[in-house]
Amino acid sequence: MSYTTTANHDEHHDHPTGIMRWLTTTNHKDIGTMYLTFSLIMFLVGGAMILAVRAELFQPGLQLMQPEFYNQLIGVHALVMIFAALMPAATGFANWMLPLQIGAPDMALPRLNNWGFWLLPPAAILLTLPFTLAMFGIGDGAIATGWTFYAPLSIQGGMGVDFAIFSVHLLGISSVLGSINVIVTILNMRTPGMTLMKMPMFAWSWLVTAFLLIATIPVLAGAVTMLLTDRHFGTHFFDAAGGGDPILFQHLFWFFGHPEVYIVLLPIWGFMPQILQTFSRKPMYGYKAQVISLWAIGALALVVWAHHFFTVGMPVPALLYFMYSTMAISLPLAVLFFCWIATIWKGSLSFETPMLFAIGWIVLFGIGGLTGLVLADVAADAQYHHSYFVVAHFHYTLFAGGMMGVMAGVYYWLPKMTGHMFSERLGKLHFWLTAISFNLTFIPQFFLGLAGMPRRIPDYALQFAEFNAISTVAAFVLGLSQLIFVYNIVSCVRGGKKATDRVWEGAEGLEWTLPSPPPYHSFTEQPIVK
Amino acid sequence: MSSQSHNGNHYYVPNPVAYPVIMSAGLLTLATGFIFNINNFAAGKQMMMVGALVIIAMIFKWMGAVISECQNGLYKKWEDKSFRVGMIVFICSEVAFFAAFFGALFFMRVISIPELASYDPQFTMYKDFTDAWPSAGPGGVVLGKEYVAAKFSPMAAWGLPAINTFLLLTSGATVTWAHWGLMKNNRKQLVIGLFLTVALGIAFLLCQAAEYHEAYTEMGLTLGAGAYGASFFMLTGFHGFHVMLGTLMLIVILFRSMKGHFDADHHFGFEGVAWYWHFVDVVWLGLFVFVYWL
Repeated sequence: MSYTTTANHDEHHDHPTGIMRWLTTTNHKDIGTMYLTFSLIMFLVGGAMILAVRAELFQPGLQLMQPEFYNQLIGVHALVMIFAALMPAATGFANWMLPLQIGAPDMALPRLNNWGFWLLPPAAILLTLPFTLAMFGIGDGAIATGWTFYAPLSIQGGMGVDFAIFSVHLLGISSVLGSINVIVTILNMRTPGMTLMKMPMFAWSWLVTAFLLIATIPVLAGAVTMLLTDRHFGTHFFDAAGGGDPILFQHLFWFFGHPEVYIVLLPIWGFMPQILQTFSRKPMYGYKAQVISLWAIGALALVVWAHHFFTVGMPVPALLYFMYSTMAISLPLAVLFFCWIATIWKGSLSFETPMLFAIGWIVLFGIGGLTGLVLADVAADAQYHHSYFVVAHFHYTLFAGGMMGVMAGVYYWLPKMTGHMFSERLGKLHFWLTAISFNLTFIPQFFLGLAGMPRRIPDYALQFAEFNAISTVAAFVLGLSQLIFVYNIVSCVRGGKKATDRVWEGAEGLEWTLPSPPPYHSFTEQPIVK
Repeated sequence: MSSQSHNGNHYYVPNPVAYPVIMSAGLLTLATGFIFNINNFAAGKQMMMVGALVIIAMIFKWMGAVISECQNGLYKKWEDKSFRVGMIVFICSEVAFFAAFFGALFFMRVISIPELASYDPQFTMYKDFTDAWPSAGPGGVVLGKEYVAAKFSPMAAWGLPAINTFLLLTSGATVTWAHWGLMKNNRKQLVIGLFLTVALGIAFLLCQAAEYHEAYTEMGLTLGAGAYGASFFMLTGFHGFHVMLGTLMLIVILFRSMKGHFDADHHFGFEGVAWYWHFVDVVWLGLFVFVYWL
């Protein structure tokens, strides 16, 4: 990256170079770059894990691995993808773009910002170290409970559970620090004249995200701490013999786990309307309605958690409450969908790579949302629960709604970050390969789930063989087409056609008034917003 | 360098620092050592020691840098507001952390224990178990390990815990009195107020240590004493840990006050610690009502 050369005030800086630059940086763009790079690397790591799983599922029977190892792979895949790929990507965008969008010189608390990032690699090491240790005969591998840590399975589990617990602690500290930084930056660093209701949607969505993180991440930390003391220090939080209850863990976990879905998705709902308006060349539809919807979803997210375990044996009034409140989320979400579609309605559209991803995202994330509505129905959920239908549903929300959203953001802002245009041809190829192979991977899984195939089991009945084979082949295409993405990013960082300041014809917002790439300190003089 | 202002309205962005990344390495070492230790692998304790030392050293360096930047006048109103908002958000996250443990307590009292006692005697292994609080649970074999419900006496509210309530509430008043001293530039009142607050904090910790000692040696109340023991020690333990941190922070600002730091309109360091202390105070009131009293 070469943005230091274009900065106006860079002669004042005496910054370390090489590896020390990245270890010690307090600059929001450097830290944002590290978050995004980390996210990309962990995306490939988590993807490799699940390709091994899909390879095992190519045929019925056990071919490649033992069930214990299979369990470790699916659990660590989910933890890596959620905590180490999706969340850091959102935080990376926040670091890079929030100060640019609100006209700030940097994030409000730059040293904490650095710490927030540098907690992630240790957390990733803790999560994956047990795999390596097991090769040397220490312990029995990584956490094998799935990403949900359900007790009592996690109480019986081996040392991998302890590693995962501490990994979650570090990730939690990182998320809380990141949230503090985002909230403070948005509330205190906006340029004069930029009132809250003039903020870019991305800032609003991150404010809601940070609010959810602050409310829920510490609860997860508390839950896994209780798990740790149940495992090693004789407490009985999740043990009926002592008056506790394994279901208590599910409540605590999903009090965090459900808002987590929105934590991952909200930042994307923030920048997606910005992408849509850019390539529709007309202003965003329903700004105020979107802001209110974001907050409504944020608030509802905190009170619907038990729909993740409808089948656990709750009293009927509780089931009804959690069903209705869950379905209520679809109302503000429908408002958002309406606004996104209305934004492109009658616009003069052009289909550059970010816009392709954005439109594909609306469709695919829509499928994810609608299948979620099906799962929210208590009576229907008894059939779908713990089946491949659930797997397909949350991959439509988290891969299509999450990852493809992130990819849209990467393509949208990459020229601004690097100062070079990426290859449109490869970008479009990446989109079509991803969208098609994604659907071929997961549509069969809806049918598998409806037919009764349970998730998290390495073997299956013969009747499921064809759909699993299709799903596996498509998953490998999906995985390999991400290499195009990596290649496109790397070559864009190294060079390419020079990007203009505005980059995209219809782009609006403060970040497009700065040169591409922007100077080291974004706004040394704060711009005035009328 | 970069910290010098280019114009009147310049935000202070610190120069590159290595403390955070070294602290993260310390945390990684501490966590790995702890895991090795509880799983009986070699070198766990040594790793924990190294990790803890690294973390403590980095906290000293980092906070030292913050204090010297503050004394050099690099933080003005704008930076000050960042710290204030940040501290408020941080305290909110601490509230959520305690809420998890309160939630566990309420769940066990209101849902899991009544339910365990409510099953049809023909279909339960817990025939003689009745719904009551405090409870150590019905006992039984879970995950192949037999647990005999602990016999213990619960901690009475109106002994040491009431004294502790008095100590903490008083300390909340003394820290506010110290703040008043700072506001009217009465340094003596500031230092005495802080000194009293630190003393009350330490007295609280000593009382709690005595209480824990009594619980373990005479009352049969341990971490393993079922739902009551687990929730009692985890809630009061984490609170006590926060009191300890708060006391350490108070000691730092006591020394800073004695060296002449802070003035009437520039004292976020003082206020941040005072807010934290009040937060710890409020959590204690929740503990006193729901853990000890009701």
